[in-house]
Amino acid sequence: MKTQTIIALKFLLVMTILTGIIYPLLMTGLAQLGFPSKANGSLIMKDGKVIGSELIGQKFDSSIYFWSRPSAIGYNPIPSGASNYGPTSDTLKKQVGARRVFFAKMNSLSDPLSTPKEMVFASGSGLDPHISPEAALVQADRVIKARHLNDNQKEELLKKIKDMTQAPQFLCLGEPRINVLILNLELDKIGQNLPVR
Amino acid sequence: MNEAIQIVLFMVALAALSPLLGRYMAKVFIGEKHFMKPVFGWLETSIYKVSGVKSEEEMNWKTYLYGVLLFNLFGMVVLFLLQMFQAYLPLNTEKLPNVSWHLSFNTAASFITNTNWQSYSGENTLSYLVQMMGLTVQNFVSAATGIAVVLALIRGLTRKTTDALGNFWADMTRSVIYVLLPLSIILTMVFVSQGAVQTFSHYVKATTLQGTEQVIPLGPAASQSVIKQLGTNGGGFFNANAAHPFESPTPFTNFLEMLALLIISSSLVFTYGHYMKSKRQARAIFITMFILFAVGLAISLWSEYSHNNVLNISGNMEGKETRFGVANSVLFSVVTTDASCGAVNCMHDSLSPLSGMVSMFNMMLGEIIFGGVGSGLYGIIIFIILTVFIAGLMVGRTPEYLGKKIEAFEMKMAILAILAPSIVIKLFSAIACSIPAGVSSLNNAGPHGLSEILYAFSSAAGNNGSAFGGLNANTVFYNLMIGFDMLIGRFGIIVPVMAIAGSMAKKKVTPVSSGTFRTDNWLFVMLLISVILIVGGLTFFPPLALGPIVEHFLMNLGVTF
Repeated sequence: MKTQTIIALKFLLVMTILTGIIYPLLMTGLAQLGFPSKANGSLIMKDGKVIGSELIGQKFDSSIYFWSRPSAIGYNPIPSGASNYGPTSDTLKKQVGARRVFFAKMNSLSDPLSTPKEMVFASGSGLDPHISPEAALVQADRVIKARHLNDNQKEELLKKIKDMTQAPQFLCLGEPRINVLILNLELDKIGQNLPVR
Repeated sequence: MNEAIQIVLFMVALAALSPLLGRYMAKVFIGEKHFMKPVFGWLETSIYKVSGVKSEEEMNWKTYLYGVLLFNLFGMVVLFLLQMFQAYLPLNTEKLPNVSWHLSFNTAASFITNTNWQSYSGENTLSYLVQMMGLTVQNFVSAATGIAVVLALIRGLTRKTTDALGNFWADMTRSVIYVLLPLSIILTMVFVSQGAVQTFSHYVKATTLQGTEQVIPLGPAASQSVIKQLGTNGGGFFNANAAHPFESPTPFTNFLEMLALLIISSSLVFTYGHYMKSKRQARAIFITMFILFAVGLAISLWSEYSHNNVLNISGNMEGKETRFGVANSVLFSVVTTDASCGAVNCMHDSLSPLSGMVSMFNMMLGEIIFGGVGSGLYGIIIFIILTVFIAGLMVGRTPEYLGKKIEAFEMKMAILAILAPSIVIKLFSAIACSIPAGVSSLNNAGPHGLSEILYAFSSAAGNNGSAFGGLNANTVFYNLMIGFDMLIGRFGIIVPVMAIAGSMAKKKVTPVSSGTFRTDNWLFVMLLISVILIVGGLTFFPPLALGPIVEHFLMNLGVTF
């Protein structure tokens, strides 16, 4: 029994070194060599400053941008999380009702119930970087109006939405989706006009 | 349509890969030549040398169990201390304070028992050092412990008139370096290529497009994320677990996560087949598990896609990610609770009542539908022993399994292993429902509140670790209750399993005759499923009726809380 005790201690030490130090260090080394940008968080730079990560959603509620999904943590990633409201939660029912009405009003939808569902429900991580292509399309008119885009720009934007839509991976995995932050960055490139008098 | 293709693809991949990995693992553990031996053989021998293991020396069940318990005790103490003193230790880039004693206890119990219940949220509680040297290490060794225990049981069942059940340290070493480590290394690289983070940099401050500040957490997440799946651990690097884009950035990583968390448990069934020298026996167990999995999945999908009269929608997206959608979220929730993984890619608290119930019931059954790495197989073997016993009573013969007589001692131990987790689930839930310290943590009212409590204790006793996350579990009351729940759910089964292994190993084998009750045909599969469902159903129907079932009917009436 005494030998087993000594072995147990030594074995824990060996495993800690192997799986707790060597393994993560080795993986970090290889990851940094092979995929440096992704391993460091797929950060997006603009004018030398970090403006976010491609994979971490941001809060968009201005009328000149495509909106991201509701988030229980307001897109503050420390820590990530969800509402955890259950299917019979009164709070959730009220939230969803209010979001539907607001979204429909701001995007000139006649029926609040036609609001795309991911735009009324908060995501699991609170950091969902995507919305569905439909949810982007129903917001296009609002964005075009708010930015006073001309016909050429309008066409460019609609083409961008189409091009940036990611199909299910390998044709069958996951859902079609569009990255809100990247879409809005492209939108900024298209620009914004002064109101036409 | 796309939903159906993904689900079928997953099932096919699981059924096709399991026999292959099962065969490989049999070679590893029996000690035959295999292709990883030239790669990591040197590592195996050096580990034995450094820690003083004589790998050829086999142990009896008591010595083996002593090794298991002692190793886990030391692991728990180290993990507890690492958290208590993380502020004074290196690699604490965000200057996080020491973790409270009760949370340290909970997380230590959680990780050594392969539960990985998250009372903590990684981003703002644990330093990189604790994540690596504490959590990642336990992700490996708690999974290896499960494999080691089931190997001892398998040897006990398939050997005759012996005391020898193998060498615990050798089984641990081989599990880690030939199975868990190589798979982790490959998967980590795939995950990073998809966008999972793997770095030691500080968190990054970003100024968002709308001009607010956003702190982006980083860390060596990918390497931990993959082993937490492979080892059916499930404790996330980040709070949102596999819903977090840095842990599972794409639908492909999501698919791999689901496969990774089930594959070792399902393959071990085939490994068992090699030990028994009977593919039919293994297939019967696999089919039993697969049927229970498929039925649960069907109910859960139906429920989640049904209309919710409260929210006026079918297939709601609360707590789900756009890239995964509803089908992948439901599939993940079923798979992760079948295996005792507990990683989540959607928030189970927000699932429809009956989907949540399927997840809960999977755990209440004792995590035997594939189950945890190793623990799933020894769990279902306990149910097989019970089924053989009941069948023996029905036909009036001495029950036998694999030619060995099942006697009073084995039955006592089997019943102990089945009752231990069930009793703590119900007892602890009852206590939590009755006192303010239990009820004040609820996030939802009405029957869903009961579900939150019930889910927590089922998850802990089943060593699953997923949660109805609304429950604020980081309180002294819950950290202690759930901590003990996890320890009883783990060692309350391991101890009787090892005792069964020891007593079965000593027995003689009677040759198969026409009167032998077969355990490798459809009749037995159906009997086994019935016993599992009757035991689980009788134990848990009353609380489930008061929780998710009544919530389902109230939801249909549009009632809210």
